[in-house]
Amino acid sequence: MLDKAKDAVIDREFKLVGSRPVRPDGVDKVTGRARFGADISAPGMLVGKVLRSPHAHARIHSIDIHAALQVPGVKAVVTRDDFAENAKHKDVLCNVMARDKALYEGHAVAAVAATSAAAARKALKLIKIDYDILPHVTDVDEAMRDDAPLLHDDMITSGVDPAPEKPSNVARRFEFGHGDVDDGFAKADVVIEREFKTEAAHQAYIEPHACLASLTEDGHGELFCCTQGHYAVRDICASLCGLEVSKLRVTASEIGGGFGGKTTVFLEPLALVLSRKTGRPVKMVMSRDEVFRASGPTASTSSSIKIGATRDGRITAGQGEFRYQGGAFTGSPVQFGAMCAFACYALDNVKTVGYDVVTNRPKQAAYRAPGAPMAAFAVESVIEELAVKLGIDPIEFRLKNAAQEGDKSSYGPTFPRIGLIETLEAAKAHEHYSAPLGPNQGRGVASGYWFNFGGATSVSLNIHPDGTVALVVGTPDIGGSRASMTLMAAEELGIPYDKVNCIVADTASLGLNETSHGSRVTFASGLATIEAARNAKTEMCARAAMIWEISEEAVTWEDGHAKPAGANAGDFEPMSLADIAKIAEKTGGPISGHFEKNPAGAGASFATHIVDVEVDPETGRVEVKRFTAVQDAGKAIHPSYVEGQFQGGAVQGVGWALNEEYVYGPDGKMQNAGFLDYRVPVCSDLPMIDTVIVEVPNPGHPYGVRGVGETGIVPPMAAVANALSAAAGVRMTELPMSPPKVLRAIDDTRPSIAAE
Amino acid sequence: MVQVGLWGSLKAAVGGVDTVEVEAANIRQLLNRLSEAHPGLAPVIEKGVAVSIDGEIHQDNWFAEIPPGSEVYVLPHMEGG
Amino acid sequence: MSQIHVSTTINGDPAEFLCEPDETLLDVLRDRLGLTGSKEGCGSGDCGACSVTVDDRLVCSCLMLGAEADGRDIGTIEGLAEGEHLHPLQRKFLDHAALQCGVCTPGFLVAAKALLDHNPDPSETEVRYWLAGNLCRCTGYDKIVRAVLDTAAEMKGA
Repeated sequence: MLDKAKDAVIDREFKLVGSRPVRPDGVDKVTGRARFGADISAPGMLVGKVLRSPHAHARIHSIDIHAALQVPGVKAVVTRDDFAENAKHKDVLCNVMARDKALYEGHAVAAVAATSAAAARKALKLIKIDYDILPHVTDVDEAMRDDAPLLHDDMITSGVDPAPEKPSNVARRFEFGHGDVDDGFAKADVVIEREFKTEAAHQAYIEPHACLASLTEDGHGELFCCTQGHYAVRDICASLCGLEVSKLRVTASEIGGGFGGKTTVFLEPLALVLSRKTGRPVKMVMSRDEVFRASGPTASTSSSIKIGATRDGRITAGQGEFRYQGGAFTGSPVQFGAMCAFACYALDNVKTVGYDVVTNRPKQAAYRAPGAPMAAFAVESVIEELAVKLGIDPIEFRLKNAAQEGDKSSYGPTFPRIGLIETLEAAKAHEHYSAPLGPNQGRGVASGYWFNFGGATSVSLNIHPDGTVALVVGTPDIGGSRASMTLMAAEELGIPYDKVNCIVADTASLGLNETSHGSRVTFASGLATIEAARNAKTEMCARAAMIWEISEEAVTWEDGHAKPAGANAGDFEPMSLADIAKIAEKTGGPISGHFEKNPAGAGASFATHIVDVEVDPETGRVEVKRFTAVQDAGKAIHPSYVEGQFQGGAVQGVGWALNEEYVYGPDGKMQNAGFLDYRVPVCSDLPMIDTVIVEVPNPGHPYGVRGVGETGIVPPMAAVANALSAAAGVRMTELPMSPPKVLRAIDDTRPSIAAE
Repeated sequence: MVQVGLWGSLKAAVGGVDTVEVEAANIRQLLNRLSEAHPGLAPVIEKGVAVSIDGEIHQDNWFAEIPPGSEVYVLPHMEGG
Repeated sequence: MSQIHVSTTINGDPAEFLCEPDETLLDVLRDRLGLTGSKEGCGSGDCGACSVTVDDRLVCSCLMLGAEADGRDIGTIEGLAEGEHLHPLQRKFLDHAALQCGVCTPGFLVAAKALLDHNPDPSETEVRYWLAGNLCRCTGYDKIVRAVLDTAAEMKGA
């Protein structure tokens, strides 16, 4: 990393980076032209629909599709028999089409392709399934009990020594930490222990999953779908459907929100197999009800936190046990929760343990900083409580204990340059932090952390004869990234923003790209874009050198021109990118820049949020009155979209804090699978969301970028809980903090009134 | 020799310690030698892990160099939202 | 079930189509007329991504039957710009970065235009309540509200 530090541009003056131009895909999106997952059709297209289990847990004895196939217009039905066993993607396969058991309400059990939606729906009703209904479990704590119904007979908890002899619903155990927590607690003057619960929230992207698949008799496939990672879709679908990777071309549509929820497959393999069976293109679109019941929300959790501190405000030990259920398969993000829980603090003694638990719920999918927000809700609530108890200002308390460069993180590695302290200082200095509060109002603070990482990344940058540039990336644009990529390419090449046109290529047109997740796009595709541009500049300098008949080393690139490197190099008129591009064919052929690598050097992002809430003591309703999100972006390439990430993350967190939850009935069925009953924040619920972009450059990126997409959802739940505590004197330990729960808590603080 | 820190639940596979030593100049050598020396780690490594070198997280990056004296941690494979 | 013949006006142009009696206006727009700018986010009138105007009244086209469009004047996102000139709302949405993924944007624009047609000088609170029927999951609404208020200010000044 040290050798990269020289590359970091700490005090560099940028010409374009940091400005706010209109995004390249903007006009298409304000005119309705942009093509999202469900917006494309093909000649001869059939409609595909999925039959889903009405039971939370049931053995499937038999599936009779005979009557369904007789419906006029029905062309094919697929069931588990149409997919071969797949060791590599066993759980994915089982999730897209149930095998011996339906593991949750909404689990796909069959799919139909027909000439009309009406015929497909009619056929679904005629598929006869003989179910043997089994006992179910949807709560994480209940699922961990010895007498809980078992989802998988062969699930032996990993990470436990000695290995358990009996199967359970606990898939994995994780442990992190260092020091001796018992010793640390012994040194504390104050120790607080609390239990917390959080409910599952859905990413609730506005665009339901959709795809259009076409698979020919000779195994050539085309797939158009809304996804954060079309390369991952290609690889999984090719494996599940028995296709050669090179013959399946996947095009990512414009994507109507993902937040982690569109990083896997649901409909795509079904559509491909239906297309193969019928010889026709098949389009499948989920209803909102299906999105809730059958795609991936995040985990629901329970946790136990214990933190001790000395009177002067030094934390002596932090301990947490985190229990996350991630639906019917292994893979809740509990390890990341356990890793991030105490990441904001420099601790001598810290221990976290995580349990990954399965239940009869849909398989969880990643949701923005997966696993971290729930852990932060628990830890940051206790941190605030400690600060209050010790009579220390909550930001001061955090500053006294904040992690910085050189501190050993709670999960192991020593932190490189990070910006937590800068966010805390900025929050403390913000006018919001000292603004007066009204009656029934309270203010809360919380900090949060998320890793960043690189991943496989390919970019091509083609110099056109007219002096314009095509920038070809392979990471679907989930929040304005084409604008950021364009800015970085134009900055590096020294040409105007509007001379660069950025597109997201299909899987056949560009090398591998890892999914747009993990806050990696502006970091990794951005780094790749800059490297590709540098690559092209080197070639353009070489062409100029040939024309000037001097050595390549004697030519430098400056302000969009090749120039002699110094007086000794000779006196030549600088050649612009357009000058060189125009004659490229005569000077050696087309000029392109490339990057195909797996870049390391991603920099973590910390955030600190301040929120004011007002509580109605009569109804328990909590209203967010003011919100300030402070976060380290390293370097904000397009500040508007950085602010947008902060604001969007904050508001998703507010929804998770106050309203959003999966409600299950005793039958194990979701009771609120629609936007009327699963209530995401609406415009009238909220104030403006103020933002402060802190820039502590990441030495691992040429412009200093840190990924910002995820950290913003980590602090809000604790910040809201802390504000609520300050406003109403109640410490809420369960999410969501919905009016009935808040009212009950307030009533409990007034025993004399209740007794009267 | 490289001192390798392991996340806590891997302790069992290496005899109850949280740090082991292997001779490795890059991530591929590191993972191979860890698997050889501690067969209990092999399935975990096979499934995919991340490696932090001086605080920088690498995934699927066999030939990333491990400079002498650097701090190395084996961590769970990273995913994001 | 025989199909119903419908004569209507869409974005000022006469339009005719046949539809099933139970087919929504949204499905007709998207699947029969190729106007895919209106989106289906929920199919239950909760998200507003399918917002259109019917005789200048803002409605969710997923809650209205195609057959009910007969004799009405339907306005969709595709009719917002005039030729090559974007509507001021469209420009301001771009200038304010009031969209991230953009799937809710058509619905917001149609709804915001209906607001400004009714009330050219709305307060922030009025904007927030008028747009409460449109869900956006990306932006936290901040930049959307600013874009609408800025459009109103510009149009008033013009």
